Amino acid sequence: MTENEDNLLDVAPGAPHNNILSESVAYIIGLALALILTGVSFWVASTGVLWGPGIATGLVVLAIAQIGIHLVFFLHITSGPDNTNNVLALAFGVLIVFLVMIGTIWIMAHMNANMMPDPALTNLQMQH
Amino acid sequence: MTTEAATIGLTHGGSEDTGLGHRGPESKSIVVPYGFWLFVLSDMVLFSALFASYATLVHATDGGPTTNELFDRGLVAVETVALLLSSFVCGLAMITAKRGNMVWTQAWLVATGILGAVFLGIELYEFATMVGEGAGPQRSAFLSAFFTLVGCHGLHVACGLLWLGTMMAQIWAKGFQQHIIRRLLCFSIFWHALDIIWVGIFTIVYLIGTLPA
Repeated sequence: MTENEDNLLDVAPGAPHNNILSESVAYIIGLALALILTGVSFWVASTGVLWGPGIATGLVVLAIAQIGIHLVFFLHITSGPDNTNNVLALAFGVLIVFLVMIGTIWIMAHMNANMMPDPALTNLQMQH
Repeated sequence: MTTEAATIGLTHGGSEDTGLGHRGPESKSIVVPYGFWLFVLSDMVLFSALFASYATLVHATDGGPTTNELFDRGLVAVETVALLLSSFVCGLAMITAKRGNMVWTQAWLVATGILGAVFLGIELYEFATMVGEGAGPQRSAFLSAFFTLVGCHGLHVACGLLWLGTMMAQIWAKGFQQHIIRRLLCFSIFWHALDIIWVGIFTIVYLIGTLPA
């Protein structure tokens, strides 16, 4: 097996493709999509047209979409067989990130709601 | 075995590789960035803890200023665009570096650095303004969490700028050798990852924080 074929089998994260045009186009598409999603995020946060209570959730969804764009177009994480290791590591990272964030927010919100003594008695208040 | 592996998508068309490590260890050009990718992911786990504590403490203002009073969306929009463009230009630098084009690589890396410095400058201005208004990290639990989360990201960007300068000097002095390209690839992974974390920060801290109550 030649060195060149060898390189096809696994790709490092962030390693771009081989053709200068397709590489540049990938970055330009990524930039355009990221700019659009950023613009939509700022618009959604500012407009009065949308249903207020849903806006925060919508913003989180837009952020996750944009993170996906960054991963695909800038870090070149794909679903191809040459990318299995990178994707598995990413999947584990995402699992831990979600466990830490959702777990903390969930538990602390419940403690805050259920276990807080009379606010006058404590200085550790979570003011709402 | 080989045919079976090919059927379930473990090989690249026609190659003998089973995808199960029969070829021995990967080349350094794969292993080094992969290891760095693991570091970047663990860095994201670190940030998830900071995000979690921020989300827990965001209302603990102790009678001090709240998110709505402190944050300026216009500044954040400029920061966001600067960092995004910086990430994009860093990608262009990688494309030219792979082809050994010294002038363009250095030019794109300079642009990456300038845009990163713009981002950092705006962030420091924001911090200085807040501290000047008495909204420093010691004011409330919310502000401690805010300065820890956003400051930690800013510190990463500052370290990234130092690293960027080092890489430009190394490319200039040593040329596009294999190990220099590997380091540059690791830098680009780091830089793109910082932009990913910033997406979380500008959404959760700044945009959701300034929604009308």
